[in-house]
Amino acid sequence: MASLKELKGRIKSVRSTQKITKAKQMVAAAKLRRAQEAAEAARPYAERLNAVMASLASKVGGSDSAPKLLAGTGSNQRHLLVVVNTDKGLCGGLNANIVKEALKTANDLRGKGKDVQFYLVGKKGRAPIKRNNAEAIAKHFDTSDVRTPGFEEAEAIASDLLEMFEAGKFDVAHLVYPIFKSALAQDPTTQQLIPVPASEGDAAATKGGDALVEYEPGEEEILEVLLPRYVRTQLFGALLEREASEQGASMTAMDNATRNAGDLIKDLNIEYNRSRQAAITTELIEIIAGAEAL
Amino acid sequence: MALHFELVTPARHVRSDDVHMVVVPGAEGEFGVLEGHAPFMSTIKDGAVQVYKTAGATPETIEVRGGFAEVGENGLTILAEHVEG
Repeated sequence: MASLKELKGRIKSVRSTQKITKAKQMVAAAKLRRAQEAAEAARPYAERLNAVMASLASKVGGSDSAPKLLAGTGSNQRHLLVVVNTDKGLCGGLNANIVKEALKTANDLRGKGKDVQFYLVGKKGRAPIKRNNAEAIAKHFDTSDVRTPGFEEAEAIASDLLEMFEAGKFDVAHLVYPIFKSALAQDPTTQQLIPVPASEGDAAATKGGDALVEYEPGEEEILEVLLPRYVRTQLFGALLEREASEQGASMTAMDNATRNAGDLIKDLNIEYNRSRQAAITTELIEIIAGAEAL
Repeated sequence: MALHFELVTPARHVRSDDVHMVVVPGAEGEFGVLEGHAPFMSTIKDGAVQVYKTAGATPETIEVRGGFAEVGENGLTILAEHVEG
């Protein structure tokens, strides 16, 4: 059995760990609210843009002159996975789950004989993906030097991607990012980013009489402007989801850690009291035995 | 009597108002939108959007960059990537 002093030291160290996890939990809870608000504020823009995109794409999509971003390069060989991870740890299994999803997608694609490359956003995905795919990593994008990634970062990533696409470095890009469901659940998802997936169905439903809509300059020119913007918006959305997911996951993980530390402290305290009692009893027995011997 | 005007950026919903007229710097020239405008879509040059609260009032200008305007049954919607002021 550990000595009293050792036990005391352990209790103290667990207690200070608990303080840290508790603080991190509260910080995450406060940040979560803000991140959620930001994610909600971004929704109207994305929805409008999607509606416009859908109605335009359904008109222009069939023609030969459709822009490359919509129609694709005509080949389907080289895939790029844009993996959005967090920059900081202490958020439970979030990053592990994102990486797992990304590697699963990569393996699926490789199984079909495609080439796969990675474009990594955020620090925490680097090490685990690099382990098996060191030569397949096209680029890291660092978001750790800004406090909360905003539209500027999304723009930078998008222009990077579009440049690579123009240069013919890949044919299809997928975006892997966590979708924030609640503080307990974040779903890593894979979504096609480039070529822009033609959304079918609701285009006609959202706008009844759009046969009358006038376009200036022209439908195709507008589409050409909107496609890169769509990519940017998707990336921005992914960054916001990541932010909310990170804080949510962190809050849950730290809550668990705090509770665990509490349990540990309770057990250690019981053990400490027991051994203290044992020591006192032994001492008493010794004294009584000594007194009787006289 | 009023035109419903919305200005949205990726980061937030900047404006949702009933106004008299909005003058938009379209890619092929400025155009003013009043209530009951025909359905219309246009890209926007970087520049100032002028919002007239009432007829004859001095316009309020909002600088937008990377914009796109859509006029539909429910008014004018401007999607802009950046808004200043």
